[in-house]
Amino acid sequence: MKIIACIKRVPDTEARLKIGAGGTIDSTGVKFIISPYDEYALEAAFRIRDAQGSGEVVAMTVGDPAAAEQLRSALAMGADRALLLKGQTTIDGLATAKALAAEIKEAAADLVLLGMKAMDDDQQQVGPMLAELLGVACITAASDIAIEDGKVVCHREIEGGIEVVEATLPALVTLTKGAHEPRYPSLKGIMAAKKKPLEEKDAQVPASRITLKDLTPPADRPAGRIVGQGSDAVPELIRALRDEAKVL
Amino acid sequence: MANVLAVVEQRDGTLRRISDEVVSAAKSVAEQSGGVVHAIVIGPVGTSATVSQLAKFGAEIIHVVEHDALKGYSPDGYVQVIADHIKGSDYFAVLFGATTNGKDLAPRVAARLDVPLAGDATELAVESGDLVITRPMYAGRAFAKVTLDGAPRIVSIRPNVFRPQERAAAGTVQQVAFSGDASAWKVTVREVKAAAGGKLDVSEAPVVISGGRGLKGPENWQLLEQLRDAFGGRAALGASRAVVDAGWRPHGEQVGQTGKTVSPQLYFAVGISGAMQHLAGMRSAKTIVAINKDPDAPIFKVADYGIVGDFTEILPALTEAIKAEQKH
Ligand SMILES: Cc1cc2nc3c(=O)[nH]c(=O)nc-3n(C[C@H](O)[C@H](O)[C@H](O)COP(=O)(O)OP(=O)(O)OC[C@H]3O[C@@H](n4cnc5c(N)ncnc54)[C@H](O)[C@@H]3O)c2cc1C
Ligand SMILES: Nc1ncnc2c1ncn2[C@@H]1O[C@H](COP(=O)(O)O)[C@@H](O)[C@H]1O
Repeated sequence: MKIIACIKRVPDTEARLKIGAGGTIDSTGVKFIISPYDEYALEAAFRIRDAQGSGEVVAMTVGDPAAAEQLRSALAMGADRALLLKGQTTIDGLATAKALAAEIKEAAADLVLLGMKAMDDDQQQVGPMLAELLGVACITAASDIAIEDGKVVCHREIEGGIEVVEATLPALVTLTKGAHEPRYPSLKGIMAAKKKPLEEKDAQVPASRITLKDLTPPADRPAGRIVGQGSDAVPELIRALRDEAKVL
Repeated sequence: MANVLAVVEQRDGTLRRISDEVVSAAKSVAEQSGGVVHAIVIGPVGTSATVSQLAKFGAEIIHVVEHDALKGYSPDGYVQVIADHIKGSDYFAVLFGATTNGKDLAPRVAARLDVPLAGDATELAVESGDLVITRPMYAGRAFAKVTLDGAPRIVSIRPNVFRPQERAAAGTVQQVAFSGDASAWKVTVREVKAAAGGKLDVSEAPVVISGGRGLKGPENWQLLEQLRDAFGGRAALGASRAVVDAGWRPHGEQVGQTGKTVSPQLYFAVGISGAMQHLAGMRSAKTIVAINKDPDAPIFKVADYGIVGDFTEILPALTEAIKAEQKH
């Protein structure tokens, strides 16, 4: 089974962000990682490949040359090869999806796995858009994934429950946290990754049709207060919730 | 025309909470763009009998697509119905709810129509004839204002942020024929396992009570459950990741960067330290209450009200007080 895992290089989720001119993030001194949900996609891909006993996992990204670092990490975790599509990353998920689709259309993959959302633009859209462009079945927000009788079967977390869905192959699935906690690369994996193929080519990313007018830090929450210690503070809390916050 | 389409959601024959929010948000946009609100509802035969409430929140025309093949959410079927409907009209904007299914549907509709999409909006405004969308980025560490170069402009809105406002409109129901072929659909739902007791989901509840590692073990969750029950069906339980990773609670309850984003009226963080990744999921709550034995816990920096102390002592007293308060 041929599996493609699409991953994105994003700033570390702990990083303090400095917003520069024109809504850009000042990345000096910021550590970059594989977007956390994309690690679930990688892990799910490895497990399916290993359960099938054959096949390959290709890690793919659209990004600037620095994103090779995240592809190396994916190889160290267990991907068989990697492809860097050199091009602009954009908040317009449809542009990214088109660049990925141009490559994946030719690749004849059985399964394309992505993260549910990229931890920078938080758009949650590249996966389903890519599925639409590829014309393949699509399941989003899977917390569990397995191949059964030539179909992909997933659990989706919907509000107030779990939906069990199945789709015909080829299919595209986006992953959320669940039954596939990502592995850490082993030392052996890191050594092996150096010899694995990491191909680079230019991507065709269409111009973004989303204009970023402004990027600002979230408004500070007004300073709160400690109403007291222990259960003695409960009456004052209730009064404040009722009379000040008016939420009771 | 500068009409706005609200795509509303039903499950098991009832409109979901988010529907009123989407129609209300659409109404606010339509008032500024100079159009009216259309709503579209997809569901089984009989759905048209359940949609009248949308008029109250501003729906001028309610398009109903009824077919038993559309009973549950089917991505292939729903995408087709909505994309076809939009193609035959000239909406200024189309609004979806950023629910699990809304986030599945909206990007596929946008891709099929070849227009960009802004997800998870928290604010909408019309400025100089264009729709300006405010939305979180970097897991809530920044907010972006964006505009979309597409017709229509497609947006999904974050649940619980746009408060439903009553502004009545005609609410004329128009049946739309469905001509899809369900046998060609690639994705099928095998079953839906409802959460125990059909309790409110943490992402939708007006009151959220979350527990963290400070609760020491799953056996202490009964204290949180009692507090939840004191709110009489308005509250849902949440959890920190530490608690989910330990297997004390299901992932469906996790709040934060790799869990759900919640914007309730009232959020209780009990025994939760307030890590950045947890805050990402709850800092847009209207009022935050923290209960923690460590007065220096970072959660107190974002909380509106805090009580320092041990949860085993505070929670029972709080539950009793809320019960008494609810009786008034
Ligand atoms: C990529 C990534 C994604 C993440 N995503 C999430 C996410 O989605 N959601 C999330 O929550 N975390 C997430 N985390 C984890 C996050 O960094 C924290 O580790 C986690 O939130 C800590 O959980 P906690 O507050 O329950 O536990 P702790 O940090 O251990 O805090 C326990 C608190 O309980 C208090 N306490 C102890 N005993 C008592 C008592 N008897 N009474 C009252 N208070 C008491 C303590 O003072 C302490 O403040 C993520 C981390 C990473 C790296
Ligand atoms: N530049 C990119 N290169 C490869 N995959 C991407 C890229 N951007 C987004 N993705 C994938 O799409 C998912 C959703 O991203 P988004 O729609 O931006 O939230 C991510 O988790 C990745 O799996």
